Amino acid sequence: MEFAANITLSALLQQVLVGLSRTTILFIVASGLSLILGVLRIPNVAHGSLYMIGAFLTYTFATLVGQSALWFWLALIVAPLGVALLSFVFERGLFCHLYEREHMMLLLFTFAFSLVIGDMVKLIWGSDYRSLTAPLFLQGSFSISGFPFPRYNLFLLIVGPLVAAGLWFLTNKTKIGKIARAAAVDREMVGAIGINVSWIFAAVFVIGCYLAGLGGALVAPTQNITQGMDHAIIIEAFLIVIIGGLGNIWGALLGALIFGLTDSIGILVLPQFAIVFPYMAVVIVLTFRPKGLLKSTW
Amino acid sequence: MLLPQFLPRFYIYLFAMIFAICLLATSLNMVLGFGGMYQFHHAVFYGFGAYAFALFVTKSGLPLWIGYMIAPFCSAFLGLVLGLITVRLTKLYFGMLQISLGSLVWAITYRWYSFTGGDDGIHGIPVPDLIGSSSGAYYFNLIVTAACLFLMYMIVNSPFGRTFQGIRDNPERCEAVGVNVQKQQLVGLIIAAFFAGVAGTLFVTVEGSVFPDLMFWTLSLEILIMCLLGGWFIFMGPALGAAIIITLRTFVGIYTEYWTLILGIVLMLLIFFLPEGVLGLFLKKASPAEKKEG
Repeated sequence: MEFAANITLSALLQQVLVGLSRTTILFIVASGLSLILGVLRIPNVAHGSLYMIGAFLTYTFATLVGQSALWFWLALIVAPLGVALLSFVFERGLFCHLYEREHMMLLLFTFAFSLVIGDMVKLIWGSDYRSLTAPLFLQGSFSISGFPFPRYNLFLLIVGPLVAAGLWFLTNKTKIGKIARAAAVDREMVGAIGINVSWIFAAVFVIGCYLAGLGGALVAPTQNITQGMDHAIIIEAFLIVIIGGLGNIWGALLGALIFGLTDSIGILVLPQFAIVFPYMAVVIVLTFRPKGLLKSTW
Repeated sequence: MLLPQFLPRFYIYLFAMIFAICLLATSLNMVLGFGGMYQFHHAVFYGFGAYAFALFVTKSGLPLWIGYMIAPFCSAFLGLVLGLITVRLTKLYFGMLQISLGSLVWAITYRWYSFTGGDDGIHGIPVPDLIGSSSGAYYFNLIVTAACLFLMYMIVNSPFGRTFQGIRDNPERCEAVGVNVQKQQLVGLIIAAFFAGVAGTLFVTVEGSVFPDLMFWTLSLEILIMCLLGGWFIFMGPALGAAIIITLRTFVGIYTEYWTLILGIVLMLLIFFLPEGVLGLFLKKASPAEKKEG
């Protein structure tokens, strides 16, 4: 076979590293989706749109006063918060009145939200491509056994575990995390002991959307910021959440790993159809474990 | 019926398109409204039928009518394959898995340049003037859609359709009285996929081209909106919803490019104020079964 010649050990290693940094982004976005699914039981179709807004906001903030490292870091902090604020307004203003409805209605409502966001982004930022460069010390690359590896990807590899640890701390060690996990299992009971479930839902929704925004902010320097990046990520995030187990954060991590690695290694094997490999992995996983690899919360 | 004699060409085209989408929305509603299945990615069967037809017409030298016969069965076959994987799951799991697998089909179509034309799709599919001209397409789509709607109406009111509605209202009880729920749902999905495939061939008849957007998941959700708008517990509801959405899109599209913004707002208003749909509001006879679990 012709393609076999391309696969050397170092090329494989490089692709694994690239896949791992892709995994970081996927994990951050999918964990937010999984959080919302686990507690609110809503497939948030607007999640990809919030990710897109995160990327556009990062671009806007980072280039507001000329490009400098300081503004880039500020943008990384401010943009996800902006997304969180938007989702907070949406949740408290509209969405929280609908929790009694069927899942189908809630899904369609988040779809309506994503449609509105899609056109708002077009209205505000136009339909041009945007690109953002990372601060100087994150630019360029260093070599790993002869292959260049971008510094920014290394940065992502550091951020990913940090976010995972933060999420673990939030869900297992804090009061709100414990209440949210309890509400995921039995929301009536949690309400019965005097906790305002509606506000817990709001908090979880906002945190989940914050993660979408964070994913968008982190991805901004690595690719073109454009209309349509919402559609690309949302399906991937859905798949990751499904193979991982709905509502399970570690499932999201596992799913993101499977997705990121099969994608990046698939590029070595069959470039044109690399996109197919992660999907094949999903089908294989689901054939044997229809409810995902790890235990889902519902 | 005789509209093509009086109306400008544009309207005839619009009507022909509406017929195709009406059929598509009604076929979705067979599983959605009457089967209670969360069919989130119906467009993939529609697009698959359209592609099967287009590829058949352009790649094989066989007569056109064989293409019209084969394409819906290709969709039905895809329904069988996807159904076998998804039907073991229920509700949201079912729906999300279907979106995922449907997107796989979309991804392959999108990338396979040498066979499907990739993101360009296939253009200039030769359809003879008898049915390919604007008034020809109008009559052809009208007849096929009417025939298919009649068939679906018969299916919905057949013992099979009754069982299907029983599963929607109470799957556990149906299981208990000896209905093979998953098999029924699989058959329902295949039938719906078949009619979606027919709608796909109708689209090609009008448009003369296919492109990957036909099986993109946002289209699926748009069809869901049509069902919701018209009222998904009434047989003709989705067809009405489809007609409204297509008409709105066409005329709003003349004035502004921000159609999806308007669609989003309409959908939000709809969910807040009109959850039973337009037809449901008029008839007010939606069965109590719709008050299912949240």
